[in-house]
Amino acid sequence: MSNAYEAVMSRKNEIMKKAVGIDYSEFESGTIAFDFEKMMHETGYTLEEMQKIQGETGVGNTPIYEARNLTALARKCAPEGKGARIFIKDEGSNPSGSFKARRAANAVYHAKKLGYKGVIAATSGNYGAAVASQAAMLGLKCIIVQECYDSKGVGQPEIIEKARKCEAYGAEVIQLSVGPELFYSFLLLLEDTGYFNASLYTPFGIAGVETLGYELAIQMREKVGRDPDVVVCTNAGGGNLTGTARGLIKAGAEKTQVVAASVNLKGLHMASDEQFNKKSFTTGHTGFGMPFTTWPDRSDVPRSAARPLRYMDRYVTVNQGEVFYMTESLAQLEGLERGPAGNVSLAAAFSIAQEMDQDQIIVVQETEYTGAGKHIQPQLSFARENGIDIHFGEPQTEVPGVSIVLPKHPNLIKAVDLDMIKIRKSLVKNAIAQKNYTEVSASDLEFLVAETNASEDFVKEVLAGMNVTIK
Amino acid sequence: MKAKKGEWVKIHSIVLTPDERAPQVPEDTKKVPLETWVKGFLLDDASVGEIVEVKTYTGRLVKGTLIEVAPTFKHSFGENVPELLQIGLQLRSILFGGEADE
Repeated sequence: MSNAYEAVMSRKNEIMKKAVGIDYSEFESGTIAFDFEKMMHETGYTLEEMQKIQGETGVGNTPIYEARNLTALARKCAPEGKGARIFIKDEGSNPSGSFKARRAANAVYHAKKLGYKGVIAATSGNYGAAVASQAAMLGLKCIIVQECYDSKGVGQPEIIEKARKCEAYGAEVIQLSVGPELFYSFLLLLEDTGYFNASLYTPFGIAGVETLGYELAIQMREKVGRDPDVVVCTNAGGGNLTGTARGLIKAGAEKTQVVAASVNLKGLHMASDEQFNKKSFTTGHTGFGMPFTTWPDRSDVPRSAARPLRYMDRYVTVNQGEVFYMTESLAQLEGLERGPAGNVSLAAAFSIAQEMDQDQIIVVQETEYTGAGKHIQPQLSFARENGIDIHFGEPQTEVPGVSIVLPKHPNLIKAVDLDMIKIRKSLVKNAIAQKNYTEVSASDLEFLVAETNASEDFVKEVLAGMNVTIK
Repeated sequence: MKAKKGEWVKIHSIVLTPDERAPQVPEDTKKVPLETWVKGFLLDDASVGEIVEVKTYTGRLVKGTLIEVAPTFKHSFGENVPELLQIGLQLRSILFGGEADE
């Protein structure tokens, strides 16, 4: 068998089938549509099963805090009578320090149940630590593959810290330089070891996050007697938002608005060697958020269970400087040292709260651990070493890769809305572009309506604009 | 630098040379190879710069160039960032009173 790049990539589906134990073809229609709910139902777990699995390893039931001082600050910045109460779900208190423990708990449990000897995950983020922590508890071997260094051998401090954390749990960490061919190395490893692909995007992983949304709704009912008006989710690959929103729906909190938030890294190419160390966020940014929202099936499994646009009411961006500023605010005003990446949704919520009435409720649904390398000071210090201009000013003047603008006053923190119509159109266009379809079936149309969370008329109009007919 | 059999070391290798890189990779990335680093216990005595074989923490046998003996983590809290000192002062002033109160 050849290990050349093209040869390995052509064995992708075969390798994946063995490594995740799911035959994705069972859910395929042969065209654009596939049966998402059937996939979630047949290969996932029920909410009760997930709560039990997670509970056995100490995952979940994280506290929710009311951020009283941040609420007071938002009210000082807001128009008279505005400023919703801000609550924060402290997911950083999960084993491994982030909500990713929920995804990993289910994936690793499933791997063990199927008899795999080990698990592998391709991730530079908190998920690696989460899988390693779960593998440690369940006695499985664990390999984490991360993109870490540029061609000069300089590593992102945040990613190096995550490597340390994975090793602390007994995992083997394989580090790579910049490039999407990490996936090639990953496939070879799966083939070589026969381990389970603990992908972020399997139904078990995503269903694992449903407990977060469910818990959140129940906790808020206990605390304030009703469902939150808005829940803000940091958005990258879309699993956090998808799982949380599904959990909210399962709890019956159907009126809660779900808002996605990403750090604006516009203009930076995620596979660029030269730009790799010019960014200060390695996740939670638009470089993942936009492509995965407008076409989810670009992950390490044939069909992603993270389909955020189905559940997204609104998508906003914030700037790097705003998130760093809010990270410092969370420590200084609420006594919680967390993040920074997990505080993307906090920065967005601080702004959105100011649009809302004072009797309304907004929940930031995650925090993450912090430490050496993965902290505002080393990350800003690293940015400065890489020539990034850091100063106080108007956050909207920040240019990703060139500057980080810390707001000179908190009233300048503004979540900027992305155009949802454009995003929905983009998903339809990407679906059509997969095989340059010139006509689609009625079930494809129905699928696209669900995928875009839009009306049938909207999708029909977009298709007509592309000269695509409906059978 | 020499390393003894059984020592914990870091090895390096090239996964793809520039001309083997994927077509979708941007120009600047295409100019450089895809590299990888892994750690493990050294199987035989060797010197830095030599091709060696290691047994990784999960028990895999991997070959590569020995680049570091007894590797550790040196990431830190970085250099002082003076701007960070100002944020808390400003916030307390806005929230709890002071000359910047609005």
